[in-house]
Amino acid sequence: MAKGEIVMGALAPHPPHLVYAENPPQNEPVSEGGWEELRWGYERLRRSLVGKEFDVIIVHTPHWQTYVGTHFLGVPHFKSLSVDPIFPNLFRYSYDLTVDVELSRAIHDNAAKAGLHVQMMENPDFRIDYGTITSCHLVRPEWDIPIVCISSNRSRNYFSVEVMQANMVKLGKATREAIEASGKRALLLSSNSLSHRHFTEEPEVPEDMSQEHITNHHQYLWDMKMIELMRTGKTREMVDIMPDFTEQTVAETDAGSLTWLMAALDFPEYPGEMHAYGTVIGTGNAIIGWDPASA
Amino acid sequence: MNATAVGREAALGEAATNEPTAASPIPLGILVPGLPHPLLCPEGNEGWQRVRDGFAAARERIAASGADLLVVYSTMWPSILGHQLQANPEPEWTHVDDDFHYLGSIPYKFRIDAEFAELAVAKARVRGLHARTVAYHGFPIDTGAVVALKLLNPDNELPATIVSSNIYANRTETTVLGKALRDAVEEQGRKAVAVVVSTLSNRLVTEPMEPADDHIHSLKDDEWNRKFLEYLEKGRLEDLSQLSRQFHDEARVPKVVAFKPFWWWAAFMGQANLYSGTVHAYEPVWGTGSAVVSLEPAGESTGDLEYDEDDPEFYSGDREVLDLHDAPSMGALPESDGD
Repeated sequence: MAKGEIVMGALAPHPPHLVYAENPPQNEPVSEGGWEELRWGYERLRRSLVGKEFDVIIVHTPHWQTYVGTHFLGVPHFKSLSVDPIFPNLFRYSYDLTVDVELSRAIHDNAAKAGLHVQMMENPDFRIDYGTITSCHLVRPEWDIPIVCISSNRSRNYFSVEVMQANMVKLGKATREAIEASGKRALLLSSNSLSHRHFTEEPEVPEDMSQEHITNHHQYLWDMKMIELMRTGKTREMVDIMPDFTEQTVAETDAGSLTWLMAALDFPEYPGEMHAYGTVIGTGNAIIGWDPASA
Repeated sequence: MNATAVGREAALGEAATNEPTAASPIPLGILVPGLPHPLLCPEGNEGWQRVRDGFAAARERIAASGADLLVVYSTMWPSILGHQLQANPEPEWTHVDDDFHYLGSIPYKFRIDAEFAELAVAKARVRGLHARTVAYHGFPIDTGAVVALKLLNPDNELPATIVSSNIYANRTETTVLGKALRDAVEEQGRKAVAVVVSTLSNRLVTEPMEPADDHIHSLKDDEWNRKFLEYLEKGRLEDLSQLSRQFHDEARVPKVVAFKPFWWWAAFMGQANLYSGTVHAYEPVWGTGSAVVSLEPAGESTGDLEYDEDDPEFYSGDREVLDLHDAPSMGALPESDGD
């Protein structure tokens, strides 16, 4: 069996607004558009994947939050309705997806060997979080590739960003080794925003782009700092300053997704390809791809 | 008080006293924890069964209260866009907890008072809050609200509504929210039970554990929980409201900006210590301090009151650090500073 590989890793944020703006048939609300910078960024990310074969999409999601270890989907098929608890007016999405349970369990087992507390989620009534659905939809709207979904263990809340990152480095390495042992080709998604301070009110027309901007300049400066490090291949430095970034901008990097991705990619020293940066209800969102073939 | 605030006071009319009495529109308050173990597997641990029994005792209090409405404030329903109130008349789903999915699924069908929810939103807006109802099939009602309604109102004898907990809200906003909901109860002439879904200390055991080994995560958590329970037994609700910031620092994992449920609870029931409290259960549930407590209006106040925090009637939105002129004690800025 050939050695498995990561064909690409991407920072793929999950504001449900982007799915709402696309008006796919799976989503009930109807929009007039909006957030084009980010949607066109996702188009560019999809184009960068053309010609790359992959067998599985592995997503680490901030919106499946677990406190007792890290959990993995362990049921082969899910079909249901996802309603965003924060923006139910924008996201009511009927999903139908398959899970690569074999690879899911392999990562689970590797993570356990690395000393992490882990658990398989085997309840067929479980509802998939909207973060996973949004990121996967925007990267692969055909839903023709099985996924592996990894929960966000909230060790940041219990200890610190540093402890969370130490665990995510182990989880990223465990993920890479499981992929290599599986012989499969994997696309990895870190499903998170950067700065994450929202507006607490929504325009009457949610897609009214005259109302959209970063919550404050301070967040913008921090986002640009992080993006610059990612664009120049300084991902270890980026991870090193992530505790400060996370604290200063209430960043969604507190979920560990981006640290997990960087560790799985073994901290790329090659530039990430910048597809877009834009704000959604005040939060900062970047779409960036890392192609190991470009190293 | 600046001119704007005076105008808003006038718009509300003369503030009605909200000291609890026997004729209070909120004749009962219930604190319950939100983890699913007492519902799904009480047999797993004697303490979980005692919490389950505590729910049953609270249910009897509800039946005896003469209430016609349950207003559930759930700390496990986070919101960002202001405050959300459940208004789907018959939400129906099969719920699975994110962490404790292996305990099983929870099918539910609830009876929601949509008309009350709409009125409460209107009252919240009058008081300056951003609020809205949600009424969508499949909306993910949180584990805590599901557990509370399944165990306190299993046959949907009373209609209910569920109120979210805004992740950015602090004391003023949460206090004003409680008052707005009371406004709605009073306008409809209802008798409502305040149901607060929250643990005391919230630190879970984060490692796999045999149910029989459950314990409060730390002695410090346990001591703070017991201090709060001592106050609750004495009916000192407003004292606990005023202690919320300290409790947040001492006994809460800081997932959100503040420990808010006692602010909401006191504002909704009446900001006083004029209550009679009963602790029906206090046990660890996966490390958290999980108590079932009831509070009823009583005739006597416990202790002298010395409060450090103000009593807001309106929410004026987020203030920047330097917006001192908006603070109640600072007065308006002069029109010109002479420069």
